[in-house]
Amino acid sequence: MSLDYLWTGFGVALQWHNLMYGLAGCFLGTLVGALPAVGPINGIALLLPLLYSMGVPADSTMILLAGVYYGAEYGGRISSILLNVPGDAGAVMTALDGNPMARQGRAAEALAISGISSFVGGMIAVVGLTFFAPLLGQLAIGFGPAEYFVLMVFAFATLSSMVGHHPVKTMIGCVIGLALTTIGLDPTSGAYRFTFDEPELSSGIEFIILVIGLFSISEVLFMLEHQYHGRLKPIAVGRGFPSLATLRSCVGTVLRCSGIGFVVGVLPGTGASVASAVSYTTEKRLLDRGTFGKGDPRGLAAPEAANNAAAGGAFVPMLTLGVPGSGTTAVMLGALMLYNIMPGPQLFTERPDIAGGLIASMYIGNILLLLLNLPMVHVFVRLLTVPNWVLIPGILVLSFLGVYSMYASVLSIYMMLGIGVLGYAARKLDFDLAPIVLGFVLGRVAETNLRNALAISGGEVSILFESTISLVLWGMAVLVVLAPWYLHRRRRAAMAAAPDGTAA
Amino acid sequence: MKRFLSSAAVVAILFGAGAAMAAPEKTECLAGAKPGGGFDLTCRLVSNSLLATKMIPAPMAVTYMEGGVGATAYNHVIGSRPSDPGLVVAASSGSALLLAQGKFGKHDETAVRWLGAVGTDYGVIAVAADSPITSLDQLVKAYKDQPNAFPVGGGGAVGSQDWMKAAVVAKGAGVPPRQMRYAALEGGGAVATALQGGHIKIASGDAGEMAPHHKAGKVRILAVMADERLPGDLADVPTAKEQGYDLTWPVWRGYYVGPQVSDADYTWWVDTLATLVKTPEFQKEREERGLFPLAILGKDFDDRVRADVARFKELAKEAGL
Repeated sequence: MSLDYLWTGFGVALQWHNLMYGLAGCFLGTLVGALPAVGPINGIALLLPLLYSMGVPADSTMILLAGVYYGAEYGGRISSILLNVPGDAGAVMTALDGNPMARQGRAAEALAISGISSFVGGMIAVVGLTFFAPLLGQLAIGFGPAEYFVLMVFAFATLSSMVGHHPVKTMIGCVIGLALTTIGLDPTSGAYRFTFDEPELSSGIEFIILVIGLFSISEVLFMLEHQYHGRLKPIAVGRGFPSLATLRSCVGTVLRCSGIGFVVGVLPGTGASVASAVSYTTEKRLLDRGTFGKGDPRGLAAPEAANNAAAGGAFVPMLTLGVPGSGTTAVMLGALMLYNIMPGPQLFTERPDIAGGLIASMYIGNILLLLLNLPMVHVFVRLLTVPNWVLIPGILVLSFLGVYSMYASVLSIYMMLGIGVLGYAARKLDFDLAPIVLGFVLGRVAETNLRNALAISGGEVSILFESTISLVLWGMAVLVVLAPWYLHRRRRAAMAAAPDGTAA
Repeated sequence: MKRFLSSAAVVAILFGAGAAMAAPEKTECLAGAKPGGGFDLTCRLVSNSLLATKMIPAPMAVTYMEGGVGATAYNHVIGSRPSDPGLVVAASSGSALLLAQGKFGKHDETAVRWLGAVGTDYGVIAVAADSPITSLDQLVKAYKDQPNAFPVGGGGAVGSQDWMKAAVVAKGAGVPPRQMRYAALEGGGAVATALQGGHIKIASGDAGEMAPHHKAGKVRILAVMADERLPGDLADVPTAKEQGYDLTWPVWRGYYVGPQVSDADYTWWVDTLATLVKTPEFQKEREERGLFPLAILGKDFDDRVRADVARFKELAKEAGL
């Protein structure tokens, strides 16, 4: 494929006003991502009409909005790591190892690792977008309901690695997540399920409300409890940069997870949250020796590389097929159409300034974000020195504001609080929150696609085993469950009589 | 005061001076869904063109309230802001369909004041670009022979407009709609992709969202469900009527206001929309959003909504819902 469009694009993106738009987008995105509840989709939905009515040209608008989009993936990690409060949906997994690192006094190091992982993930995605966009567009076409369902089976299979010390509790958590997704409008039959005639429940529990409740609110309750017992110790900020050895240990993880994240991002209907979940659980399956969840830098690098790669990947179907790969790209698609630009393969030849400008700006944006983020680590970690009497009300206010400004309903506030109390209780009972979130994220995609697949086949289960894509995915699912067990046995055989204690 | 206002409105109507009346101080368009969907588009259409034509002094805010494809917004307006003169809410023929099925909760179509429809899309039936089928007639005959060989896909659940459009085609082929193999996909883009990938064989969608895929040679639209051929990219596609099937499915887009909005304010909105739809600014905005001309305003629109709801009730019963 000719790369002429890309050179045209760099010509567009390197104009000084577009550089400024890109920088503004990256900055706003980081901010939007760092605030709880407010994610890239809100930022873009707010900015788009503003830019359009100000008469900003299409190329500059797209550059700014793209900056907001991947800037948010950078920003979301800050509060995840420092406060255990995910800034947006893609950053839930980041807290699992990021926050323990901060608690161990390695906050600055964690921020730097996540910044670098985000950068690599983002760059790999842009390179993938540049060279393989039309090819990958074809891959997405191959995914029908049956293939999506098997993909979800694979995702659940990687989840089995989450079965840590409390397999039963992990399963219960996952089932709770699955059960919660069934609330609301049944996407297949159009019937309302578990809504109790309450119209506000008709679209189910919003993911963002679940996330804020489970994480922010329960975290606040924990802080209050510890404060009451006088157990909150100030956390040491730590030295600024990870050692070379730490960075080297993450290389494999970052590369693998960028790949996973990019592919998951390319598939329409699955976004950063699925990508970071699948890559975290995959890495845990592959590498965990009991360190994941306790501040393993690789556990932090995995979701960060993946969510940025997914953000880039989501542009592939949007630009080549006109089918958005995530909610946020759906709004950006709307933006393109507002400017009367029709996405599709012809976009690269008919409007190289837009397609190329956008892609070129992503190269530039990623570099800008890395430069913006690394020196800022020291500013961000100041968050840890904020006293609790400011921090706790602050998190609460931002959570309430975020949820209310998005859904404008009091019921959503109650739901957030209710879920928060449940999350607090679950954590007190030694439940892991991640399986709940995973069950919730994967459950809806799995259910809709299974039912669509069976509707298409008239109830024949064989449709799930028909295509090559499905078979490959089934194989991968089996492999991901069996491989660690097999490796473990081999290792044990090799070590002969050595006592065992590190079962994954 | 209220009586004064309504008599003022009568006077205003008598002298045809409605549009000269003061605009509400703050205007807002509520979209009952996430940003980026059909309701958002409907809101942006009025908000952008009202500002461009300077018919309102300050920009009109577009707000979102997701839930039940507009059900939450419907109940919110009736329950919490029934008399807000500046608030209009985006609606479509899909809203009438949901009302007909009782999916908007305890309220029916008489619970709000319907302002007007300002544009419309039309249903289309499409197959993959490499399909041997080239006309609606061929499709109906092939479907009749082997209904199970033709899984159908649409951008909505069973009972949605996309399902209904497919159901009337199935009925035309003598196949009970309940026996359709129907996949509910996420929007028109996903439907076009599933068609290209061969996961579904028939697509039910709207002209606006399918036309670009038709133009790009990715799908083949067999028929538009309109009374006359559509201008633009679909000019070469015959209507269902031309092909001997009396199937029309307009997808109008319009607005309603709260039940207690005064007659004066209601009239201001109706008159403003009547003026607006004739302006070149509005027409440009409408075309950019892939909508075709349609203006049914005020009382006419109220009648239309009631008629639609009655018709959809009948259709839903026939389809076995």
